[in-house]
Formats: sequence, C-alpha cells, structure tokens
Amino acid sequence: MSEFFAMGGYAVYVWPSFLLALIILVANIVAPMRQRKKVITDIARKIRRARKEPT
Amino acid sequence: MIVRFFHQMGSPRYFYGVAGKMIPWFMVGFLVTLLLGIYYGLFVAPADYQQGESYRIMYIHVPAAWMSMFIYVVMAVSGLISLVWRIKMTEVMVISSATVGASFTFLALATGSLWGKPMWGTWWVWDARLTAELLLLFLYLGIIALHSAIEDKRVAARAVSILALVGVVNIPIIHYSVEWWNTLHQPASVTKLGKPSMDMSMLAPLLIMAISFKLYYGAVVLMRARAEIVERERNSRWVMEMVEQEAK
Amino acid sequence: MSTLSLTSAFTLLLKRDLVLAYRRRAEMVNPMLFFVLVTAMFPLGIGNDPKLIEAVGPGVVWVAALLAALLSLDSMFRSDFDDGSLEQFMLSAHPVSILVLAKVLAHWLVTGLPLFVVAPLLAVLLNVPSSAIPTLMLTLVLGTPVLSLIGSVGVALTVGLRRGGVILSLLVLPLYVPVLIFATDAVKTAIVGIPTTAQLSILSAMLVGSLVLAPMATAASLRISLS
Repeated sequence: MSEFFAMGGYAVYVWPSFLLALIILVANIVAPMRQRKKVITDIARKIRRARKEPT
Repeated sequence: MIVRFFHQMGSPRYFYGVAGKMIPWFMVGFLVTLLLGIYYGLFVAPADYQQGESYRIMYIHVPAAWMSMFIYVVMAVSGLISLVWRIKMTEVMVISSATVGASFTFLALATGSLWGKPMWGTWWVWDARLTAELLLLFLYLGIIALHSAIEDKRVAARAVSILALVGVVNIPIIHYSVEWWNTLHQPASVTKLGKPSMDMSMLAPLLIMAISFKLYYGAVVLMRARAEIVERERNSRWVMEMVEQEAK
Repeated sequence: MSTLSLTSAFTLLLKRDLVLAYRRRAEMVNPMLFFVLVTAMFPLGIGNDPKLIEAVGPGVVWVAALLAALLSLDSMFRSDFDDGSLEQFMLSAHPVSILVLAKVLAHWLVTGLPLFVVAPLLAVLLNVPSSAIPTLMLTLVLGTPVLSLIGSVGVALTVGLRRGGVILSLLVLPLYVPVLIFATDAVKTAIVGIPTTAQLSILSAMLVGSLVLAPMATAASLRISLS
C-alpha cells in the first residue's frame, strides 16, 4: 500500500496537485453558501429593525 | 412549452426556486463522477511507460484547462444574451461564472507547473499552452476586477459582458500568436507534451473527470447565481418573505 | 439648422481634439519621455554587454512602446467625461462608433505618433542594427493604432470609475500580447535579414480588424458606462 502512496517517486508532485484541486473545489462551494447566508442575515436584521421602530 | 420555460426563467424568483432544486442533482452527479474518475485515474489506469506515475496529474490538469476555456465561452455567450435581450438572469450568470472560471484556470496553471517539474525540470516553462492559460487567467481577473469596481450591479454586469465578448474574440488570436511565438523559441530539449495517443484505460478517467467538472460547474454557478440574486433583489417582497421564513 | 454630414462631423471632432491637444503641447511630450526613460532603464538593469542588449533590444523597445501607449490611454475620454461633452457626443444623430473613431484617431496622432518619431533613437540606444530600423518603424506605424483602438475599449469601460487606471491595464494588456509578439518577431527577423512579410501582414490584418470592430465595442461600452 505504501508504494502506492509513493506514486513511483512522484508523490511530491501528484498528491499536492490533487490536494490543491480539492481545496479549490471546496472553496468554490463554501464561498457562495457563506455569501448567501451573509446577505440573508443582513436582510433579516434590517427587517427586524424596521419592524421595531416603524417610521 | 420550452419557450414558456425560458420565459419563466427570466423572473428572478422563479430562477431562484428552480436553481435551488437543480443544485442537489448537479452536486450528486458531480460527486459520483468525481469519485469514479479519481478511482479509475489513480488506481486502475496503468502507469505511463515514459512518465511513470507523474502523468496522473493529467486527470486534474487537463479537465481544469478544458473547463477554463469552456466557462469563458459560456460566460461570453450569456454576456451576449444579456446585452441583446437585457435578461437579468443571464447577467447574473456572467459574473457567477467568472470566479469559478478563474479558479479552474489557476488550478490548471498550478497543476501544469507541478506536472512540469518532474517532466521538464523547472516549475514554469514558457510552453505555448501554459502561456495561453496564464493570459486567460489575466482575462478572468480583468473581468472580476471590473465587476467589483463598478458599484451599480446592473451597469457592472453589462460592462463585464462586453469585456467577456471582447475577450472571447481575442482568445483564438492570443492562442495563435502564442503558438507562433512558441515555435520560434522552441528549446529543443523540451519534450513536446503533445496529446499522447492514449488507450481507453487512460482516456476513460479523463473523460469522466471532464464530465464531473462540468457538473461541478453547473452546481457552483447556480449557487453563486442564487447568492447574487438575493443580493440584487434584497428589497423585493419575495426576498423579504423568504428571509422571514428562513429566519423562523 | 442643417444637420452635419457624417464626414464633416468626423473631421470637426478630429480637429477639435487636435486643437485641444495642441493647446497643451507640453503634454504631448510625456509619452515620448516615458518611452525613452523605460527603454533606457533596461540596459541599466541588464548590464552593458552588447550581445545581451542586442538580443533583448526589439522586445524592450516594443514593451516600452506598449507601456507608453497604455499610460496615455486614460486621457482619451477623461477630459470629455469630466466636462460632460462625452454625453453630448453620445446624443448626436451620427453613429457613435464613427465619432469614437475620430477620438481614437486624434488620440493616436497625439500619443502614438510621437513614439514613432523617437523610435530610431531608442533603436540605436539598444544597438538594434540600423538595417532593422525601417522594420521597427513600420511595426510601430502598424502597431500603435491597434494599441489605441483596443485600449479605447478598455478606457470606455473604465471611464466612469474614479481609480480606473490600474484596472485599465489589467483589462487591456492581455489583449496587447498578439501585437507585441508579432511586432517584436518582425523586428527580430529583420535583424537576421529574413523578409518579414508574414509578420507585417498579420500586423496589418490586426490593424484592419480592430479598426472595424473596436469602435463598435467602444461605442457600446460608452453607452453602458454613461447609462
């Protein structure tokens, strides 16, 4: 099993590229989720404030 | 029926709902094909007679490079549609694709140089494809920078659509001139990383990975589009109702 | 009042811009000075080994010309945008792309041509052999209008922004790469003595192409940035 991870001596190139791919793929999924959540909480706070002291 | 579908897709609320339903399907499809592709790519495909195991980086590098081109074209087409027909949703698609495209381009460049190190001995070689990919990254960054610089998001989206169109017209010219430039200074020692004629066992994982990246793009672009829509429609009633429901 | 014909509107606008530029003659020198200065920097950086400088010569001259053109792009619409005359042009009955062409032509005459004047001096500075200087001049004559035309699209997109300068270079430089590659290559082959018809014909194809397409893109971008 260990020789598999050695990747024929190229482990130091193969695994970082797969790892980098994973990081970039995950980052691009997390970013929009967080952005949408941020905007929604922002709107929710505005609604609550507007309801508390109706102009 | 089709026309009605596209017509309805024009309304932000409908698009938001449909996108919400489609994302899980894209995500599942992406995960299945990703695992399949990586399994075949890393375990099943035989080692390359010349490059040994290092060629397996190809299973990330090549699909990412394909995606960087594919997304730019999709961006330009949706830019054209949003300019000609002023459809809000295609404008949202343009900017939602930009960041994903830029990340795929960066991924292609990074894995290209990681693959180049064992192959050519240096981290960066001014190979025609890598140089064209680098210029493509600058085009993407230009689009993202322009969009973030303009406050009014409607104006920003249309300015970015024009830039994407100008870019897509220039991409073949840039590719051709970089090829010409590269053949002039082709250092003899560089082993031309041509499209190796691969048998099925090596090619199959590549195609699976390409499909999985496309599904991934489908999911992520819709997610970004939803975030952009909520941002743009923050004052409209349906967003307020939705936020209240979600807040409960 | 009698409506202006298109050609007279074109020439009127062109004359107006040239007169405005002529009033600020001192500013016309700036792109030239920048061009000479950047070119002079390279040997200081690389060292005075003639062989090295000669190998790098054409590339350095052209990168410097590119940067000088890029630097002077901002002035194309800036003054008209600030005093609102840009909106007046947009409202005119004539096709905006022709008026934009007039402005780009005026901008090129004011900033592109001076580079052409000072290029032989720089060629000598970077000991580019004198046999290649005519080709260098030819590439400059063919190349700098393309730089102004493509640059005008970028300027039109960033004219509304307060600090659009940095973004302008990010948008426009990748699009300048083909011109840089073919122009430098033309000069390099001229140095070796091989006929350069291929590169020059591609450069002129780029010139004709951008002459037709760029004004349309610029007009559309102006309409968007001013909306």
